[in-house]
Amino acid sequence: MRVDRYLLLNGMNIIGKKYWYFAISLIIIIPGIIALFLWGLNLSIDFTGGSRLTLSFKNGVNSKTLSAVENTLGAEKIKVYSTQESNNLLFVKTQVIDQNQNKKFQADLEKKIGTFKEEEFETIGPTIGGETTTNAILAVIIASILIVLYISWSFRKVPKPASSFRFGVCAILALIHDVLVVMGLYAILGHFFGVETDSLFLTAVLTIIGFSVHDTIVVFDRIRENLKRTTNLPFAQVVNESILQTLDRSLNTSLTVILVLFALLLFGGETIRWFVVALLIGIISGTYSSIFNASPLLVVWQEWTEKRRKKNA
Amino acid sequence: MKNPRLFFWLIIVLTLISLFIVVPSFNNLSIGPLKTKLSFNQQDLLRKVGIRNTMDFRKGLDLQGGTSVTLMADMKGISVDKRDDALNSAKMVIEKRVDLFGVTEPIVETSKVGSEYRIIVELPGVTNLDQVKNLIGTTAQLTFWEQGATGSAQIAPKTNIPLGLTQILGSNPKQTNLTGNDLQSTAVTFNQNTGKPQVQLIFTSSGSQKFADITKRNVGKVVAIALDNQVIEAPRVDEPILSGDAVITGNFTVDTAKTLSTSLNAGALPVPLITLQSNVIGPTLGMSSLQKSLFAGLLGFLIIVIFMVVLYGSLGAIASLALIIYTLLVLAIFKASSLSPYAITLTLSGIAGFILSIGMAVDANILIFERMKEEMRQGKSRKSAIEVGFSRAWTSIRDSNIATLITSAVLYKFGTGTVQGFALVSAIGVLVSMFSAIVVTRTFLRFIYK
Repeated sequence: MRVDRYLLLNGMNIIGKKYWYFAISLIIIIPGIIALFLWGLNLSIDFTGGSRLTLSFKNGVNSKTLSAVENTLGAEKIKVYSTQESNNLLFVKTQVIDQNQNKKFQADLEKKIGTFKEEEFETIGPTIGGETTTNAILAVIIASILIVLYISWSFRKVPKPASSFRFGVCAILALIHDVLVVMGLYAILGHFFGVETDSLFLTAVLTIIGFSVHDTIVVFDRIRENLKRTTNLPFAQVVNESILQTLDRSLNTSLTVILVLFALLLFGGETIRWFVVALLIGIISGTYSSIFNASPLLVVWQEWTEKRRKKNA
Repeated sequence: MKNPRLFFWLIIVLTLISLFIVVPSFNNLSIGPLKTKLSFNQQDLLRKVGIRNTMDFRKGLDLQGGTSVTLMADMKGISVDKRDDALNSAKMVIEKRVDLFGVTEPIVETSKVGSEYRIIVELPGVTNLDQVKNLIGTTAQLTFWEQGATGSAQIAPKTNIPLGLTQILGSNPKQTNLTGNDLQSTAVTFNQNTGKPQVQLIFTSSGSQKFADITKRNVGKVVAIALDNQVIEAPRVDEPILSGDAVITGNFTVDTAKTLSTSLNAGALPVPLITLQSNVIGPTLGMSSLQKSLFAGLLGFLIIVIFMVVLYGSLGAIASLALIIYTLLVLAIFKASSLSPYAITLTLSGIAGFILSIGMAVDANILIFERMKEEMRQGKSRKSAIEVGFSRAWTSIRDSNIATLITSAVLYKFGTGTVQGFALVSAIGVLVSMFSAIVVTRTFLRFIYK
């Protein structure tokens, strides 16, 4: 007989300790929210507009090259927003500059420090930046609404007194949890390490949304099935058992994705590194929230409405 | 799913087709001690069945280097009803120049955002912004040419003479004072007698005067029209046209007439283009990123195979086989799409999405296998556990994958470039993974545990 790997968790009362798990979530989310209010996100030129130069130096980037780059740009009255280095690459973010300014900068820098290569030169005007921001916000909101609607529809046959709408809303609450974790983390990373929030970050957030719901649905699906089968057990117990029954698969499905992301993080190169970090954190958070937030929230809501009904009766 | 044998062979055939598509062409490859050299050329085989397009992975600019530019067309000087025409003409001018320049697989698209008209240009392999400026930054010049007096001194310097003009107008063509500014509008109309499509030109009042003079002195001769140093049409003047309202007749189809009209409009409705966004990516950065992600992908793939085999034993091995088929199918779709007008462009984020999808593709298998384990623990036989495992796990697989498809669709709708690439790849990944994890795995399992 194969022994269950998560034996320790078997028979555990997750629902009984639900407020503890909510507290853990808050402990993680609150610093992020504070960081968001204090510093905001370090938005890339994708959202704000501006120019980005990717310079590569054969002998790596040191403080000398960095100050040479900054001085050259400063001499040409080009505002530098930020610089970020990675191995032999230097990413410089500036105000919008055109090709002539860029050429002059390259020539001047070459005089100072010798040959280097401009790997990428990107300029995004403020109109495009504004549009990207609006679209990003719209995308997150519309995706969330569509998912609530889909879950409400898909769980419509769930037996009373549970309601399919509640399933949808709880899935979204778990999803907001995950988005807040990642955004908070990015506010902190952006402030201390200059990590940028770019349009790839938006992609990461929406992937996390999809995955978070994916995980939540696995548990919800089991709750739905168990509710149909057992009619006399209290709701909290049905939910608890459903979580335990699906624990193995929740963890295993997340684990395969996490393993792949680790491979990408270690070997995937600089360009997508922070994108992978966002995904990794989001997916870990998504796994946590689907087990410890989404379903316990269902129970809290259920018990609350029952209490109110009793009061009114 | 009544006949597992049929499905089994269907899967084998699909896999072989995918393999054929994905394997790159090679020449005179010798394997170990084999004396005969092996060659395989897909393109030749495709040509034999009548497919002429090249089939290859289409790489995005971030992987192969190149330039992308988003331009806004300044429509201030153009009346509202002519703006769509003007935009199409500006697009056509850019397309022509890019073609002449010899860019492979360029993308020139128009879009309308709010009340703004835009042109998006992607030029793979072009990393010199000065060249790009020449290709897209200047407005088109429409010129009209007539035959010069033979033997007299050359009026136009040789370099300014449009390509192919001397073949039409003789060795000494002469530029007239008529230009695109004199043209008010053009349209495709139909000849009242023959019903054939023709192109109508309406000149401004000063243009009418100039055009009348030109036609008067060129009756029976050819007047050539050139756009950007390229002759686009050389109609013969049948009679003097004094009204400023001319038609060019000829062997037009509706399409060729439209093309000519659009070209002429480029001169008549010149729109200044303002750069909103530009991105120049060097070729080396993309290549190294590509190699790194492919290596990471391969590693991720191996880790998952090990993970699945350790956790689920022989079931895991079958899931790994399904995963190999999944990977082949998705790659084949990417590559084969280059034959269709809806080629899927692979970007760095798209590849990351694909690698991520390998991790997610086994999710359905895990859901099914866990369910099977559970059923077997309750005393079901292996065979019935397989059936129950699949049918019970189906609702959660369906719901969770539809949630992923919803987010992909939203990303595709609201994203640009990189984001759309990612969305498309993950949507294809989800659909194929449902096939591989459910149909493929189930067929193999049924085949083994008959």
